Amino acid sequence: MKALVPVKRVVDYNVKVRVKSDNTGVDIANVKMSMNPFDEIAVEEAVRLKEKGAVSEVIAVSCGVAACQETLRTAMAIGADRAILVETPADLELQPLAVAKLLKALVDKEQPGLVILGKQAIDDDCNQTGQMLAALADLPQATFASKVEVIGDKVSVIREVDGGLETLSLGLPAVVTTDLRLNEPRYVTLPNIMKAKKKPLETLKPEDLGVDVIPRIKTLKVSEPPKRGAGIKVADVATLVDKLKNEAKVI
Amino acid sequence: MDALVIAEHDNASIKGATLNTVTAAAACGGEVHVLVAGHNAGAAAQAATQIVGVSKVIHADGDSLAHDLAENLAAQVLAIASKYSHILFPATASGKNAAPRVAARLDVAQVSDITKVVSADTFERPIYAGNAIATVQSVDATKVITVRTTGFDPASATGGSAAVETVAAVPASSKSQFVGSEIAKSDRPELTAAKIIVSGGRALGSAEKFNEVITPLADKLGAAIGASRAAVDAGYAPNDLQVGQTGKIVAPQLYIACGISGAIQHLAGMKDSKVIVAINKDPEAPIFSVADYGLEADLFQAVPELVKAL
Repeated sequence: MKALVPVKRVVDYNVKVRVKSDNTGVDIANVKMSMNPFDEIAVEEAVRLKEKGAVSEVIAVSCGVAACQETLRTAMAIGADRAILVETPADLELQPLAVAKLLKALVDKEQPGLVILGKQAIDDDCNQTGQMLAALADLPQATFASKVEVIGDKVSVIREVDGGLETLSLGLPAVVTTDLRLNEPRYVTLPNIMKAKKKPLETLKPEDLGVDVIPRIKTLKVSEPPKRGAGIKVADVATLVDKLKNEAKVI
Repeated sequence: MDALVIAEHDNASIKGATLNTVTAAAACGGEVHVLVAGHNAGAAAQAATQIVGVSKVIHADGDSLAHDLAENLAAQVLAIASKYSHILFPATASGKNAAPRVAARLDVAQVSDITKVVSADTFERPIYAGNAIATVQSVDATKVITVRTTGFDPASATGGSAAVETVAAVPASSKSQFVGSEIAKSDRPELTAAKIIVSGGRALGSAEKFNEVITPLADKLGAAIGASRAAVDAGYAPNDLQVGQTGKIVAPQLYIACGISGAIQHLAGMKDSKVIVAINKDPEAPIFSVADYGLEADLFQAVPELVKAL
């Protein structure tokens, strides 16, 4: 069976973004971009399933600007076999519902047994795309996965939930979204980066898939969060206890 | 039109996150109804009638709703969705799991993790791990929303008198099956509802040390225990204790960070706490930039000393 792995190009997780002075968004000019860390875990998991023989082909997909090709090359350097870019204009804000519809069209086209993607992107922090895709494609879902095992025509998934862990068994095809503890993605090696350059990368437009990608949510303003007032350093434990009791009055 | 809140509950009682979500729903205008979807959840439905500001409780009960499976819960919401202009889930593991299915089936966008209702169609929500706040307007007819509970005060859990309407439970999806769960039993307050949280980081060095150093302080203060991602990844603490951008978002009265350096992703989960204390031996640790009281010290000495001094 095929595994489809959607990946998103986002501001690198080490970058502390700045809000633009005109409050229209955050400044991402000249900022390092990387694959969304949760999606990297998804690619790694799909590749491991292929190495175990549960998956025959890993297809990476990205929706966004032309530069997402770099993200797809990274996915192929980890071990994805081929890639599809659904290219959208730079001035279009692509939102989760639109991405889910594009992915639904690709699921119809490619008929994967498993779609595995990150639980959330670290830029918009939405946590929506996987669930939306599952609903649109009428597939079962297991979000926040910390263990994935393909057993016959089912996939068993351990999920991280409030208070602990939960195990679900889904009939394939299914959608799985990854949490942090699922695996630790491998480092990509130079030979694999070179190999990835030769792997096939197909480019499509939303029109080719018949999907309307007009945003449904308007961003009116982006502002700085309220700043915390500067605190103080205390000399010792006794002073700390005194401050907490008599100044902050929290204990 | 009215707002529907999807209750977070354990069939016997209503979880705190529901109360904050009711407050957010009330700010959207119209009446507030609460859906209690569960199995043998009559007691939870009764408890929901007591929430101040709720005019109706809709109770759906059946096997299909026993384990919060997203497929079934979303189908239950969709069965009554057309009556509502706003559908609000708490941004808990269960709410985040089901809400996007509802939005997608209604062909509407979802507004995730709101921290403020500006008007019936405009909301504030944090992006980039809380390093920016976006004000967003939904142009869809139905607003499907998840609510960051720390952004809203809880509605009062007693004093209300809503009517209960019973609706049929949806049939179970044949594609998804609950197998089992391991939920930690603890007498401690729940992390997201605790007034005081003691949190440990990588500096603790091992699961044994984490327990040995953090637990006595939490016991003394009646506090919940939290952890940084580094501590969870290293296996010092279980995953459901993780505080941060992709873990739990908390805002207690007092947050004590022990041996946590303060990565952006961690700060995103706790910087709305009322008072923050940082204990760290690295004077340059970023956690000190958000701490009201910083103690530059070795936590293995300072924390036991603190336990004695309290």
